[in-house]
Amino acid sequence: MPGLITMDDLSNDEILSILDDAERLLPVAKGELYLPLLQGKILGNLFFEPSTRTRMSFETAMKRLGGDVVNLGDVKTSSVVKGETLFDTIQMVDGYTDIIAMRHPRQGAAQYAQDAARVPILNGGDGAGHHPTQTMLDLFTIRQSHGRLDGLKVVLAGDLRYGRTVHSLSHALTRFGCELIFASPELLKMPREIVEDLGAHGAKVTETEDLLGSIGTADVVYMTRIQKERFADEDEYAKVAGAYKLQAANLEGCKEGMIIMHPLPRVDEIHPSVDATRHAKYFQQAFNGVVARMALLCRLLHVEVPANIGGDA
Amino acid sequence: MSQEHNMRRVTAIQNGTVIDHIPAGQAMRVLEMLGLDKGTSVPVSLVMNVPSMKMGTKDIIKVEDRELNQAELNRLALVAPDAHVAIIRAYSVAEKLTIELGDEIVNVVRCTFSNCITINPREPLAHRLRVLSRVPLDLRCHYCGRPQDPDELVANVI
Repeated sequence: MPGLITMDDLSNDEILSILDDAERLLPVAKGELYLPLLQGKILGNLFFEPSTRTRMSFETAMKRLGGDVVNLGDVKTSSVVKGETLFDTIQMVDGYTDIIAMRHPRQGAAQYAQDAARVPILNGGDGAGHHPTQTMLDLFTIRQSHGRLDGLKVVLAGDLRYGRTVHSLSHALTRFGCELIFASPELLKMPREIVEDLGAHGAKVTETEDLLGSIGTADVVYMTRIQKERFADEDEYAKVAGAYKLQAANLEGCKEGMIIMHPLPRVDEIHPSVDATRHAKYFQQAFNGVVARMALLCRLLHVEVPANIGGDA
Repeated sequence: MSQEHNMRRVTAIQNGTVIDHIPAGQAMRVLEMLGLDKGTSVPVSLVMNVPSMKMGTKDIIKVEDRELNQAELNRLALVAPDAHVAIIRAYSVAEKLTIELGDEIVNVVRCTFSNCITINPREPLAHRLRVLSRVPLDLRCHYCGRPQDPDELVANVI
């Protein structure tokens, strides 16, 4: 695989092996150990639209491994504003770096960049398309809590129409035989073609508007933000969004090991009262972005992660 | 009504290309996709909605003094995948060609999704659609992955 554009670029075995690498890199991600596996390598961060966690965690991942980072900076002051094509931007950055992490508002931009580049592209989100590095950190978080990925019951809730994180994650979970429950308002349902694709791949999918009625038997509840601007008026938004909020009181009767995840930022879909419960994993999930991206950077740059890190061997 | 009668609705051509078994009503689109709807000086004849044993009704196009090549014909895969094509020389069929859809359609049509990266006409890479299934026709943009509606695609011919 040259880069990581969609989760289809990885086999299940590759996913598990990258998650194993990530597991071993945890002490490096936490700063407890310095392991300059990527010394001398340069990551190009090309974020054509705003990003906090993805951009920063890529940068942290590269630096924890001894590598360096160059940034596109603010799009408004770059040559993009002068009308430079993505093709030309990629030609330039391709010459400056060893690997590129990219987010772009247009769907398909990451594949386009990969076709234009010699270095690997890591897709950090393309329009409403894919966000596979987020999926890898999500899978890492799920496996960290449940010890496995297969056969889990996962509720994905909120904005399933525009949320690219849930699109990539649904495909990946289907490949591990998970049961999926899509809980969303009618307006923000999972796109039909994705539900059909998942069905064609043997997914067990249920669609509902009832979030609270779905979480009792779930192993994972994956929340997403419902954006006000998707609705015609504020009253309609308030009515719909209210049904997709979790409070600590809603979690009574849930499975002991159920975890709540969120790609962040949250607004008010997860009440702060949930933060202190054993179910809350979203901040852990955000940290895992560093370790998952460290493992991906090593894999795409063909740098082997040692079997023993900080051990006696 | 016989096949022979259909072919004689317009005069036999001495040299050129005959495209037969075009789905009824698609002849104008075929001319458009071949760039024969404007800016051409060769004589073009078309008959529409004539009876067909195989298809019920069909359209036929005859292009004089021009032999269409395989690459041009493959552009028709979206609207007339089962069309029969004959190259005519001295009033006889010199060659028979079939339209091939292939695994990918390159630089024939643009993706129909309004937020695809290929929407910027200045981006230089080829427009590419992957053929996932022939029957029913399932085409996806190589870049954005969106499924394509064949009816909308015809408006996006390059």
